[in-house]
Amino acid sequence: MNITEKILANASGKNRVSPDDVVFANVDKVMVHDVSGPGVIAVFEKLKKSGMKIEKLYNPEKVWVAEDHFVPAADKISAQNVVLLTQFVKDYGIRKHFKYGMGQYGICHTLSHEEAMVLPGEVYVGGDSHTNTTGALGAFAAGLGHTDVAYVLLNGKIWFKVPETLYFKLNGKMPDYVMAKDFILRIIGDIGTDGAAYKTMQFGGGGISEMSIEERLTLTNMTTEAGAKSGIIETDQKIRDYLAQRGATNYKEVRGDQDAQYAKVYEYEASELEPIVAKPFSPENVTVARDLSSTTLDKAYIGSCTGAKLDDLRAAAKILKGRTVKIRTEVLPAAISIFRKAMDEGLVKIFMDAGAMVGPPTCGACCGAHMGVLAKDEVCISTTNRNFPGRMGHVDSKTYLASPLVAAASAVTGKITDPRDLK
Amino acid sequence: MKGSVIKYERDNIDTDVILPGPYLKIHDYNELAKHAMEGIDKDFHKKVKPGDFIVAGRNFGCGSSREHAPIALAYSGIKAVVAISFARIFYRNAVDGAFLLPIEVDEDTYKDISEADQLEIETSKNEIRNLTKNKTYTMKPFPELIGKIIAAGGLFNYKP
Repeated sequence: MNITEKILANASGKNRVSPDDVVFANVDKVMVHDVSGPGVIAVFEKLKKSGMKIEKLYNPEKVWVAEDHFVPAADKISAQNVVLLTQFVKDYGIRKHFKYGMGQYGICHTLSHEEAMVLPGEVYVGGDSHTNTTGALGAFAAGLGHTDVAYVLLNGKIWFKVPETLYFKLNGKMPDYVMAKDFILRIIGDIGTDGAAYKTMQFGGGGISEMSIEERLTLTNMTTEAGAKSGIIETDQKIRDYLAQRGATNYKEVRGDQDAQYAKVYEYEASELEPIVAKPFSPENVTVARDLSSTTLDKAYIGSCTGAKLDDLRAAAKILKGRTVKIRTEVLPAAISIFRKAMDEGLVKIFMDAGAMVGPPTCGACCGAHMGVLAKDEVCISTTNRNFPGRMGHVDSKTYLASPLVAAASAVTGKITDPRDLK
Repeated sequence: MKGSVIKYERDNIDTDVILPGPYLKIHDYNELAKHAMEGIDKDFHKKVKPGDFIVAGRNFGCGSSREHAPIALAYSGIKAVVAISFARIFYRNAVDGAFLLPIEVDEDTYKDISEADQLEIETSKNEIRNLTKNKTYTMKPFPELIGKIIAAGGLFNYKP
């Protein structure tokens, strides 16, 4: 069995599972945020109305809560949702609640690794599609809707069809100015937005071993955009060190067997990769950044669980240092802990000296909700993950997806720019 | 199950157009219905009738995990979405929450069905009858577990 099959077999008390088997898997960790939390509360209310008694959760110790989509409160409804969520946390005895304005908080997927909320070998589900992100630690991580999360909260398990695994092998070391974002966009361009539908995308090879943890997280994060159920990378010493720095040493790693089966193996040479951009209106609509050098922009956005981790901010700062932005540029670190490290390393000063706006962690602009949405016909280059119509604001706005290096270089010129061409 | 067709001739109809991001803060199901399909069809809310079906191409419901998407469609009156394929979270949200039926058909069937056609869907026979065109199509049977969850009326009513 491969790692995903093994984790699901362990979690469902079976010796062996194969793709297409349906299992009820015991869940180790569950996450809800300020959108899916109130969604789950609405499901609880519906169940209660139908006569079901709900007094306690299956195990509140397995549950953690983030505030990220509509914080700082975008309006009265969003403010009320946080109040509702906070009451839910209190009513059901949940202890891990990362609250906006009270120390560490941030985007749920970023907290999942920054705070070691999820560990290797675990089954982790979250009320958000980018839950896949955390698979980079060597866990099975998948996004679910409100009904399914409510079911997990009350029963401690959920059904999964065991997915086939697509294996992406990266050979060699990534060239300068090329990032994991370029690699995952290239893959999505190759296989399409449903190219991994219902499947797991596993990454491995020398190129992945070379990659930092945060860069690996960019890969698993955007497996969602290829339709994948989950993304996963086997745990190595870098992960162990990363988790140890965050106080987590007690977990049971799972590794694939020598004869593990994969539905398909894709092989990429790192040396052949270059800066890639996904054009509107789909993450699969990719081309090399140099092809778009005449595209003029209104905004550069460096934010989200995909593109505002510490490595992403370091990359943007490398470009922006000593330069000035030509278009409106926003940098929103994905968690307060990352914001603090960026401040300590002098990155925030670099961004502000360049004229960029630095703001608090939030999903707001990435999902077109608040905190800097796009006007009609505005064009944005963004380190985020989706560029469907209306994703980041007006339905007639346009978003180009790119790495933090490309986004920062484009911020400097006002046009889509390959960082290698910046003078 | 009988109803008329609202057809979108496109693939990858994503959750950002089915129920745009700014409305994610709303959890009143009838309020969500007012914004269904707003990202590609401003008139959807006016034209949809109880019992209608949506017909679309590949990968319907891709994007976010928002259960708001099947909720908004169901509370608009949509009983089933007929598509070549579905994104996984939309599919399981539709089934586990018992909001609507995600029905998979082949490409020829998708192409043959037109806007405003009257369909009669009989899942027990895996059959879709096009009453307007006087034709019968085959739908892909539901996988075993999915069929059981649908028959139970959603995941919470299903006993493993």
